[in-house]
Amino acid sequence: MTFVEARRRLEGKDRGLRDKRMPAGDAARLVQDGNHVAIGGCLYSRTPLVTLREILRLRRVDLTLSRNLMCYEGELFLVAGATRSLVTSWIGIGLPWGLSRIVREFVESGQARLEEWSHLALGLRYRAAAMGIPFLPTLSMLGSDLLGRTSARTMICPFTGETLCLVPALFPDVAVIHVHRADCFGNAQIDGYPHMDPDLAAAAATVILSAEEIVSTDEIRRTADRTVIPFFTVDAVVEAPFGAYPHECYGRYEADLEHIGGYARGVTAGGAAAVRAYLDEYVYGLDTFDAYLERFGTGRLRRQQQAAQELTR
Amino acid sequence: MAASASELLAATASRLLADHKIVFAGVGTPLLASALAKSTHAPHLTIVVEGGVVGLEVLPGRLPISTNEMRAGRRAVMLPSITQTFLYAQRGFFDYGFLGGAQIDPHGNINTSVIGPPDRPQVRLPGSGGACDIITHCREIFIVTMHERRRFIEQVDFITSPGYLGGHDARRRAGLLFGEITTVITNLALMRFDSETRRMRLDALQAGVTIDQVHEQTGFDLPIAPKVGELPAPSDEELRFLRLLDPDRLFLS
Repeated sequence: MTFVEARRRLEGKDRGLRDKRMPAGDAARLVQDGNHVAIGGCLYSRTPLVTLREILRLRRVDLTLSRNLMCYEGELFLVAGATRSLVTSWIGIGLPWGLSRIVREFVESGQARLEEWSHLALGLRYRAAAMGIPFLPTLSMLGSDLLGRTSARTMICPFTGETLCLVPALFPDVAVIHVHRADCFGNAQIDGYPHMDPDLAAAAATVILSAEEIVSTDEIRRTADRTVIPFFTVDAVVEAPFGAYPHECYGRYEADLEHIGGYARGVTAGGAAAVRAYLDEYVYGLDTFDAYLERFGTGRLRRQQQAAQELTR
Repeated sequence: MAASASELLAATASRLLADHKIVFAGVGTPLLASALAKSTHAPHLTIVVEGGVVGLEVLPGRLPISTNEMRAGRRAVMLPSITQTFLYAQRGFFDYGFLGGAQIDPHGNINTSVIGPPDRPQVRLPGSGGACDIITHCREIFIVTMHERRRFIEQVDFITSPGYLGGHDARRRAGLLFGEITTVITNLALMRFDSETRRMRLDALQAGVTIDQVHEQTGFDLPIAPKVGELPAPSDEELRFLRLLDPDRLFLS
C-alpha cells in the first residue's frame, strides 16, 4: 500500500468523537482474513493478549503479524494456522529459554516466512507511516545482509553525497495495543515504556485498544501530558484489567515468568503439540477473559501486582 | 576464587568502560559488566538499554532478563520509546555498544540471524534485535562472547551486524560512517583489529591461557600482536559483586 492509498483509506473512515467501548470479541472482528496486524508492546511487555486471544478464537487465517520483538504470541498464531508470515527484528520467548523451537520448525521447513529488519529500521517503518510519508532514511542496515533481503533500498543523499538506507513506511491494516488507561473515545495513556505504540496507532488503518482501566475524559484532561494515543486514531476500546497477562504491564503486574517458563519448557519438550495443548487450555477452552484470568487464580494475580509495585517504587 | 567463563567475560569487559561515558548494553554479560564497572572504577557510567531505558540501576538478585521489562526500568531517569532510544544512538550520543553472536568472522562481522542458507536455514536464530543498529551507531563497539571454533569462523553465513565487512575501508564504503569495532573479548583472549587491514589480531591472553589454546578454538588464521599481554584475573571483590548481582546464575553459568 502506498502512502497515498493509506491516506485515502484513513480519510474514508469515521473518526468521530464517539463512545467506542466494546467487548474484546467484537473488537477482534475488525481483523479480517489476510490482514497485516501490528502488535503493540515488546516481547513480554504490554502484549495485548486479551484481543489476540479473541482473534485466535475467530480462527482468522492468512494474517501477517509484525512486532518489534515477538514473543510467544508468534508461536500461538503459527501453530493455530492464523499466520505464515512474520515481520520482526527478533523472535523468541526470552533469553534464558533459548531458541524458539516452533519458529525453527516453521521457518526451517519453509512453512512460514520470517522477514527480519533491524529494531530501528522496523521502528522507522512504523514512524514513516505515522508521519504519512513513504519512507525514512537511516544508516541502519547498511552493510548488513538484512538490507538485500528486505524491501529496503539505498540512495545517495542529494545534500551530502553519502549512502543512506531507505526503509519503506509500513501501514498495518490493524494495530492491536494494550495501555494503562483510556477514556471511552480512545484517548490513551501509557505508564512506563511506550515501546513503539504511539507510532503504531498513527500508522494503522484500524486500531483496537485495550486498557487496564477506562477513565473519564476529565481524568485524561487533568494529565493530558501523559496522553500518547489520541482518540482519532482509535476504533475500538476494550476494558481489560490484566489484559496483557501473563505478560507484564508496567507498574500494574509483573510478567508471570513461572508461567512463561513452564510454557517454554513444554514447547522445548513437546513442540507444536504442546502449543496446541496450550491453545486448547488457555484460548479455545476459555470463553471469556474472566474465565481465563480465573485459570491463573486471584492469589497469583495479586502476587504479580505486588511485585510490580515493588519494582517500580 | 575461580572465575567461570562468563564471570571472566563480564570482569574483562567491565574494565573497558571509562567513567562519565554512556554504554548501550544488552541483558546478560553486557549488563553485568556495566553494573560491575559502575560499582568499581566508573560510578558515573550511564547504562542505556534498547527497550527504552536511560540510566538504569541494576539491583542484586533482580537482574532483568529482557531489556524492556520492569526490572530494567528500575530507577531510570527516562523511558523513551524504542525508536527514540535508537535515534539517540544514531545521533551519536552513546559511547559504547556491546554485542555477542552465534558466528563472528575475522573482520568482526556478526551473525545472529540464520545458520546455513537464509532461504532454508539449518538453524533459525532469534535475529538482529538492536544488534545491527548498535554496531552501526555506537561510537566504540565491544564484541563479547565465548571462544569456540564453530563461532569464530572465516566467513559468517549471514551478516546481521556489519563489522569491517571485507576489511580495509569496506565499512566506510558501505556508507557506515561511524562506529569502530575495537575489541573482541572472550574467555580465552582479547583481540583487536589491525588498523589497516581491519582484521582481527590476538592482543592479550586471559590468565593461564596459551596461544595454542586460542588457535585451537579459532576457526580462522589469527595473527599475533608483536607483544601479547596477559589480562589480570578477576579479583575476589569483582567475583563477589557479580555473584551478588546474579545469585540464581541466570547469566553467570
